[in-house]
Amino acid sequence: MDDRVGGAGQEDQGFDTSKLLKNAARQRDERNYDDFLIIDVDSHHYETEAFREIAGYIRDPVLRNEALYQGAGSGGITSELGNYQSMAGRVTRYPGRRKEKTPVAPHRDITLMRRWMDAMGVDIACMFPTPMLNLASCQRIDVQVGLATAYNQWLCERILAEDSRLKSMLYLPLHSPSACEEIIAEFADRKGVIGFMVTAPHYASVYDNAYAKSYAALQERGLPLAFHAGFPSGDQALKLTNRFIGLHALGFPWFNMIHMTNWIINGMSERFPQLKTIWIESGLAWIPFLMQRLDNEFMMRTSDAPLLKRLPSEYMQEMFYSSQPMERVRNAKALEVTFEMINAPSQLLYSSDYPHWDMDLPSTIYDLPFLDEVAKRNILGENARKLFKLGNELSDTKLARRQARGGER
Amino acid sequence: MVDTLVCSETELADGKMRLIQAGQAEIAVIRKDGRYYAYENLCPHQGGPACEGVLMPAVRDVIGAGGIYRGQQFDEAEMHIVCPWHGYEFRLSDGRHAVASGLGLRRFEAFVREGSVYVRA
Ligand code: FES
Repeated sequence: MDDRVGGAGQEDQGFDTSKLLKNAARQRDERNYDDFLIIDVDSHHYETEAFREIAGYIRDPVLRNEALYQGAGSGGITSELGNYQSMAGRVTRYPGRRKEKTPVAPHRDITLMRRWMDAMGVDIACMFPTPMLNLASCQRIDVQVGLATAYNQWLCERILAEDSRLKSMLYLPLHSPSACEEIIAEFADRKGVIGFMVTAPHYASVYDNAYAKSYAALQERGLPLAFHAGFPSGDQALKLTNRFIGLHALGFPWFNMIHMTNWIINGMSERFPQLKTIWIESGLAWIPFLMQRLDNEFMMRTSDAPLLKRLPSEYMQEMFYSSQPMERVRNAKALEVTFEMINAPSQLLYSSDYPHWDMDLPSTIYDLPFLDEVAKRNILGENARKLFKLGNELSDTKLARRQARGGER
Repeated sequence: MVDTLVCSETELADGKMRLIQAGQAEIAVIRKDGRYYAYENLCPHQGGPACEGVLMPAVRDVIGAGGIYRGQQFDEAEMHIVCPWHGYEFRLSDGRHAVASGLGLRRFEAFVREGSVYVRA
């Protein structure tokens, strides 16, 4: 039955992000997003589409040759649970993306980023890769380092250097502490680099002394360290799940919970007091849970965490969190209490995660009934602007629309 | 209530959809197995274009005697409109969410008159 692949759509007219997001553009106009800055701290592109370009940046010629030969495609139905994120074509932008037409210049990734950003009213976006988030599960550390370095260089030179609305926190291959130090030293001052990122599913302990130099380097430069969630489907515990919903619902918060617990209990916030951390894409519901667990146990076992001068939740309240995927819960009070517990008006950073299947529009924040206008604008843009020391210039498309309406630029 | 012409019957193939603007509302008219359905093209989740995605049958887990799992089946008798933004599924027959029936697409009357498809909105 062709409905399962072709769907109820009108005759096939190709795929266009702006058309898919026309209702987002309507929300943007109805809520007057042209009047204020929106920063998206977690969005993605599919670097696999540019993989041959990225492979060209691999410095080791043998590895480069191998990467060009093997490619970076993912396997079919037997390869891993993560391969049906799009729910077998139900989320149409997954199969549609390949059909989307873009001009020769600027780079396709820039055009695609700008299309969804403009539709949603996002001025600045911090972009991350997609399949490479699972790079840490590759058992060859030299491949992790080689690809991470190549991707970071490619991103800086081909994308971030070309468009000041695009930023990134660059990938750190945590399994090689020395490579982390080298990557920070080489790329920290490049245009568009606003921090560094670790994909959470690393079998590495974040309190290890081996990372002290990297943390100190980031602290000294005033650059945040982000932990981006992920779901290694090869993880022994997560292998017990048989549906993507189980893998994703548990996997995304799970590794951030482990790293956060280790970060807190080992007093990393005391050892690197100026280093800001951001916890990305685990939703929000896990934070109150962990605050309660850690506070309760800490009161009985303070000797286990002697560096702490305050309760774990007090340190957690000073960290930053990205908003997506914000849980829509039956009891709306739970979300409101969560916002209170994490000091959302100053610590929460809007993120869309676009184009992934569980993306959130700015309206998920803007329409919350318990936030005032100032808090909404803080979460949507101001908190990120201050954290990353960005300017407050609206996007060129917003400025053009404002001018067309006769408003101030 | 105003009757708005959508198209002639021959212009809407089975399993396909047409969009029309009726006042503020964008309405999708879907033809499936000879019947016509009309819903506002606006998802109650985050406002996505709910009717511009795919039509899929409901998925059922097949549980045999003694609670034994026997695999999955498509249930062709219950077609779903799947919102392309995040995958919320709404029953084609009445526009209600497949599980949370308190949630649904705004429904309109679609009918055929003298070979043409109309929506009353
Ligand atoms: S907007 Fe329709 S599923 Fe989210």
